[in-house]
Amino acid sequence: MSFLEYRIKTAPTGLRKVLFINWPLVLLITAVASVGFLMLYSVAGGEIDRWAEPQMKRFAVGMVLMFGVAFTPIWLWRNLSVLAYLGAFALLIVVELVGRVGMGAQRWIEVGPIILQPSEMMKFTLVMMLAAYYDWLDPKKVSHPLWVLLPVLIIVAPVVLVLMQPNLGTSVMLLAAGAAVMFCAGVSWLYFAGVAGIVGGAIWGVFHFRGTPWQFLHDYQYKRIDTFLDPTADPLGAGYNIIQAQIALGSGGWGGKGFMQGTQSRLNFLPEKHTDFIFTTLAEEFGFIGAFSLLMLYAAIIAFCVISAMQNRDRYSQLLILGVAANLFFYIAVNLSMVMGMAPVVGVPLPLLSYGGSAMLVLLVGFGLVQSAHVHRAR
Amino acid sequence: MRRTPRDTEDSARKVRRRAFLMGSAMGAFVAVLGARMRYLSVDQAEEFRLLAEENRVNIRLIPPARGLIHDRNGKLIAGNEQNYRVVITREDAGDVEMVLKRLAAIVPLSEEEIARTLRETERRSPFVPIIVADRMSWQDFSKVALNAPSLPGVTPEVGLSRSYPLDTDFAHVVGYVGPVSERDLAGMETPDPVLQIPKFQIGKIGVERWREDDLRGRAGQKRIEVNHVGRVMRELGRIEGDPGDDLRLTIDADIQNFTQVRLGEESAAVVAMDVQTGDLLAIASAPSFNPNLFVRGISQADYSSLMQNDHRPLADKTVQGLYPPGSTFKMVTALAALEAGVVTPDTGVYCPGHFELGGRRFACWKRGGHGTVSLHSALAESCDVYFYEVSLKVGIDKIAEMGRKLGLGVKHDLPMSAIAAGVMPDKAWKMDSYGEEWRIGDTVNASIGQGYVLTSPLQLAVMTARIATGKAVAPRLVLGHGAEELPVPEAPPLDIPAQYLNAVRRGMDEVMNGARGTAKSSRIVDGTLQMAGKTGTAQVHSYGETGIRDNKQLPWHLRDHALFVCYAPVDKPKVAVAVVVEHGGGGSTAAAPIGRDVLLRCLTGGIPPLSAYPAAQRGRIETQFNEMKLRDTGPANPARSRA
Repeated sequence: MSFLEYRIKTAPTGLRKVLFINWPLVLLITAVASVGFLMLYSVAGGEIDRWAEPQMKRFAVGMVLMFGVAFTPIWLWRNLSVLAYLGAFALLIVVELVGRVGMGAQRWIEVGPIILQPSEMMKFTLVMMLAAYYDWLDPKKVSHPLWVLLPVLIIVAPVVLVLMQPNLGTSVMLLAAGAAVMFCAGVSWLYFAGVAGIVGGAIWGVFHFRGTPWQFLHDYQYKRIDTFLDPTADPLGAGYNIIQAQIALGSGGWGGKGFMQGTQSRLNFLPEKHTDFIFTTLAEEFGFIGAFSLLMLYAAIIAFCVISAMQNRDRYSQLLILGVAANLFFYIAVNLSMVMGMAPVVGVPLPLLSYGGSAMLVLLVGFGLVQSAHVHRAR
Repeated sequence: MRRTPRDTEDSARKVRRRAFLMGSAMGAFVAVLGARMRYLSVDQAEEFRLLAEENRVNIRLIPPARGLIHDRNGKLIAGNEQNYRVVITREDAGDVEMVLKRLAAIVPLSEEEIARTLRETERRSPFVPIIVADRMSWQDFSKVALNAPSLPGVTPEVGLSRSYPLDTDFAHVVGYVGPVSERDLAGMETPDPVLQIPKFQIGKIGVERWREDDLRGRAGQKRIEVNHVGRVMRELGRIEGDPGDDLRLTIDADIQNFTQVRLGEESAAVVAMDVQTGDLLAIASAPSFNPNLFVRGISQADYSSLMQNDHRPLADKTVQGLYPPGSTFKMVTALAALEAGVVTPDTGVYCPGHFELGGRRFACWKRGGHGTVSLHSALAESCDVYFYEVSLKVGIDKIAEMGRKLGLGVKHDLPMSAIAAGVMPDKAWKMDSYGEEWRIGDTVNASIGQGYVLTSPLQLAVMTARIATGKAVAPRLVLGHGAEELPVPEAPPLDIPAQYLNAVRRGMDEVMNGARGTAKSSRIVDGTLQMAGKTGTAQVHSYGETGIRDNKQLPWHLRDHALFVCYAPVDKPKVAVAVVVEHGGGGSTAAAPIGRDVLLRCLTGGIPPLSAYPAAQRGRIETQFNEMKLRDTGPANPARSRA
């Protein structure tokens, strides 16, 4: 029995819950999504039904889901955590098998009109699972090697499956979000420092021994890493998007070229202009001011989540909110770094802005969990 | 697991501490992102503020390869040839003069060319490539390429430029391309961006112009990064364009060449047409000119010599030239009269050599008169009086209606320049054009294709084909588009009773094969190839003006136009030909022999066999053929002709 339950009577019930929803957060989410609609309208060259309208419909559905999840008591979600994680994990295996049987790398399952993308679902079920785990675990034992190994396995198992799809972007995201939950749960610094040391050492080793008889990788593998790390070396291939994106960003200036006036995206030189690279259009058309405002909106969303987590005294709720916030943060950070040429190109969309149904729905469900934790928090 | 409130409070505090740490780390990274954003969109933009942002990344268009034009057998009429040229860039060359001197030692370069290049390089920015030599031979070009290491700044380049291997033969039909002019752009609503490419060439006249949209293709794009002074740094991306569509014409290049050579230096036009499909087999206007001169940029001297030539080589006489049809029009009058029921084929008319109307005297070409003539002897002997008489009974409106039905006074739809509609006059037309009533004398003049009637050789060929088949055949110039063969449109029937058409055809047969036919000396003796035809001689000046009747004594520009229309074989028509020889004199002497040669050339698929000619003429015809300098039109492409 956890802390949550003995103060349960203070949690709002029935329609009173509406008053306890974190409305500023809802407003911020809607604002960011609206920026997304505008940009999708713009990159479609003023066509609303190409990308903007489907995205708006999905957002509407997502909002309904969000409120549904938010009004459901958080302890119910906690009790469902393990089940949800195992369900998503099972679907990942199914997708792997179907993908093997079918052609190429299939990442989704179609059930009638619904397209399930288990790797997306895993994003928050993993966080739920870890939060439930640390809620169950005695806080004094979190840094015990055995109790560290278990969550590592919980994280690594789906990551391996997603990596096999292959979906590098999502697996890195899962890894990062999982690590964030572990960090917040209070796992000792030493583990994180150790992992960082090992990874750093491995990278150093790989490059240090390059060209010597003891090199770890084949030459062509090194070359691949080179273009991965420095795309500008291959302007017509891997570096094409990055160079185009930077040109778009650079041409925005302070105030941008104005709505619908961006030339980079209009001329079709940005292949992923409506998905992963949508930020470039924003920066081109609304300049530094527009781009920075969006960054601030995102920062506000994350800040609201972190504050909400700090206000909460229930361990599960805290970790869940922080996990969702970390997840959102990593997506934003990786996408923007990639678009701005600070990180190699991995297929990571910009949350709430990039065109795409699954990611949007899952993210809104994630916010539903955050809201549920917020509404039903102990006071 | 039971926990004490203290435990839970402790753990919550710990999470809060960690959450605060994580939030701070996130905030720090957001700050990094913000700084990067500022650097990219503000500082970096500041750094290059001298540049117009459009100049930083330029889009250069890659000109598409123009579609080829082939004849009906797949022989190349208009192609793209590689243009070898050498450019020099000052900043890479260093001492331009020295490099040019070295270059001149390898390839022929005049002092003047060197001086021009030097001037040009000094005038332009140092990084702009200047053309040193254009249209070089492969040998010279490879010499430059071989010696490139000792020629800093010199780059051999290959471009595509239009070429017409059959030069003069197709100058009028296919036309030529030339650089885009302001006038070209003015006529377009949204000009294709490709037109902005320096030296890009578009069709100016003929098929090149009227099928420009098919032939041009779609430009590719090349994105290049340029530095602040506009020098190309590197290529960033490329979108390939589409080459233009190839066209296949209905014309047979060999027949066209034969016709053009046969016309020689005459000022003349010939149209040969397949009577069933309307396919134009040859459409020749003489004298012609070399379209390649225009592509390369014609010199002032060449241009003025073309302009000053009184035989007007630049005009396409086949579709633009308008001539009174003269007696070749008599079939129209005859058919109008038969259809109106004012005469039967056997109705006799007495010709005393002239015709009186309201005190005005209209002469027959035979001053002694033809005596009593019926329809087919009137056609065979080209009696004018017969047609004067019947025309009055039919009236001009019905004649004009028949003329239009047969394709006169109608603008035929072909992808050629300045196609003339001609004039098929009637009462309303005269009122519109002159504001005057139609006079009965106008009808008399029109009945023998004089007066207001004006036709082009193309229209005469269409008229002949329609008479020969009884169908409203329409001329056709494009046989295939890309790999696809265009369907032959079904010609609707003319709606003229067969017996009338047969009567007129019999008359045309008599013209060639009758004992008293006006063109019997140009007949074909081969029974399977026998032709029917009609001569015409159109007056350019009236006898009254000079008092000279004999053409030979008149200055060239006042002599009569010689016309001839024909089709063959008589019983199963395949090909119709119309010939107009400007100021050639009589139709039977100047035009009919040409018509026969072209007709035979179309029907026999080679140099006409001497056996088709009357025995007495064979010697002369043989010498004539031997003297003709026919062109090797190049290899036929059977795959193409089958396609």
